[in-house]
Amino acid sequence: MSFIDLLSLDFMQRALVAALLTGLAAPAIGTFIVQRRLALLGDGIGHVAVTGVALGLLTGASPTWSAIVVAVLGAVLMEVIRERGHTNGDVALALLFYGGLAGGVLITGIAGQGAATLQAYLFGSLNSISFADVVFTAILAAVVLVLTLGLSPQLFAVASDQDFARVAGLRVRGYNLLIAVLAAVSITVAMRTVGLLLVSALMVVPVATSQQLARSFRATFVGAMLVGCVASVGGLLLSAALSFRVDVAPGPTIVLMALAMFTATWPIGVWLRRRSRLMAPFPEVSAAPHRSTDQHPHEHGKDCGHPAVPHADHVDYVHDGHRHAPHGEHYDEH
Amino acid sequence: MTSPDTSVPVVLDRVSVAIGGRPILRDVDLTVHAGDMVTLLGPNGSGKSTLVRALTGLLPVARGEVRLFGTPLDDFGDWQRIGFVPQRSTATGGVPATVREVVASGRVGRRRLLRPTSAADRSAVESALEVVGLSDRASHGVSQLSGGQQQRVLIARALAGEPDLLVLDEPTAGVDLPNQQALADALRQLKERGATIVLVAHEIGPMMPLIDRTVVMRDGWVAYDGPPLTQEVASHTHHHHDHDVPGGHDHAPHVSSPFDWERGNPG
Ligand SMILES: Nc1ncnc2c1ncn2[C@@H]1O[C@H](COP(=O)(O)OP(=O)(O)OP(=O)(O)O)[C@@H](O)[C@H]1O
Ligand SMILES: [Mg+2]
Repeated sequence: MSFIDLLSLDFMQRALVAALLTGLAAPAIGTFIVQRRLALLGDGIGHVAVTGVALGLLTGASPTWSAIVVAVLGAVLMEVIRERGHTNGDVALALLFYGGLAGGVLITGIAGQGAATLQAYLFGSLNSISFADVVFTAILAAVVLVLTLGLSPQLFAVASDQDFARVAGLRVRGYNLLIAVLAAVSITVAMRTVGLLLVSALMVVPVATSQQLARSFRATFVGAMLVGCVASVGGLLLSAALSFRVDVAPGPTIVLMALAMFTATWPIGVWLRRRSRLMAPFPEVSAAPHRSTDQHPHEHGKDCGHPAVPHADHVDYVHDGHRHAPHGEHYDEH
Repeated sequence: MTSPDTSVPVVLDRVSVAIGGRPILRDVDLTVHAGDMVTLLGPNGSGKSTLVRALTGLLPVARGEVRLFGTPLDDFGDWQRIGFVPQRSTATGGVPATVREVVASGRVGRRRLLRPTSAADRSAVESALEVVGLSDRASHGVSQLSGGQQQRVLIARALAGEPDLLVLDEPTAGVDLPNQQALADALRQLKERGATIVLVAHEIGPMMPLIDRTVVMRDGWVAYDGPPLTQEVASHTHHHHDHDVPGGHDHAPHVSSPFDWERGNPG
């Protein structure tokens, strides 16, 4: 069986659709979570959802449904604990984190299911995705996308400055809960492809990648969704291609793919930021003393290799930390 | 108190505020009339921000009542009429955003859900950027700006909402004199349009000619409420002035230090 044959298989097509939707939805809500500086929120919810899956296995209910219910409850609980602010938000998150994972493993054992069953949910599994799952994933992903795109001005205001948003008349608590619930929903959406333990990576890593190159919130948002799609579809195909030789779960492959994209854009981002700082025009300041440079070894120009930065009506050449402005035959220190 | 008058932007009626059970504001009475600019002065920790946060509904009131435009705070719904510049707030979040995006978020109170940006939104944002002199940096990342420039972004964000009542908590902290002057000009324009302004400040500087009234806070109560004072004079005010009744009965606790300032002195 070749790689192309593999793509024509039903379960593979289902997995691709699920991966694409996941790659869109998770970074969309992830952008607002990162904006709120709650990058690890997704992890907390993901761990709580493990208990949800286990409860599904125990009771014979659909693990997807039980996961979504428990994840939403966990997200709301985290939001409440954070808002009450009496315990450190971090600690509250950690408590749910460990409780969720321990509870999940314990209950799975009680349900008489082995680690293998749980593993499909922890790290994603291609052939566990049914047609009903795809439909379910599509509906949830659509809900997440419509709400994050449609409410982005409101969510942006709340995520950047809660006090300001409240005085502007927004129901801040409602929007905070919405963000938490949407995060829980996208986590259950991503459960089948990436797995609960790694799902949060798909909310955070594409955003981190995208903000290397973007300067605006909107560009970061769109870029993160793009990176998310490329990483999840690409990672899925890669893991399928590799599966002829070794047994690789799609989740880790997708996450490593996203991290590879981050690693690739990081130096570019560093360079871009450095350049934009370097090339920002110098402010106009009157009454600076006139000083000319010492003996100047060469003539500044287009190809001298020193950055030419606008300064009022002329340019300054940045030379060894000095600003040289042409003045007749010599250069002035600006 | 008489029946609520919808034209009075701010009324605080014997307001007490506690934070974590500890009383911070005690029996504060304050009325700000439409079109007035009132400055709140007072040392660090005297309760200026607490007062401002109580009147914007950010802190619950333990006793007394706050009315905005004649409506008790709990029933108040016209939040798009209020503009707010929080103290020491930061314009940056975990994700990069441009100056224009942050300023545009000031329109959020006037936007309907799930609607695209209107032309009115855009022009309000552009004119707010103009006012704080950041038009040429509108597409720069906020995190690349200096602290004072970021402060101006927050002021523009509040101005973008075209508020009828603008509440600013130390908007000029870290802002240089030319830009304080620019802010003063902006507030003058806003005032000419009939807006009411409540300004918390430590330095008044170029705002002085705009000010109609000064309120000095001290240790959680109003120590002075009357004609404009400069910061220097206000810092010598240890006298609880009881609502324009010269020599009137003063039942507030007195601070033991001798007061060396009396209302009516040149200030
Ligand atoms: N979150 C809080 N928790 C407990 N006490 C607080 C809190 N915020 C303020 N306080 C207390 O309330 C009092 C008034 O603080 P407030 O912030 O209103 O002062 P301020 O006049 O705005 O001072 P500044 O000039 O420093 O801004 C202070 O004594 C402070 O200790
Ligand atoms: Mg303050």
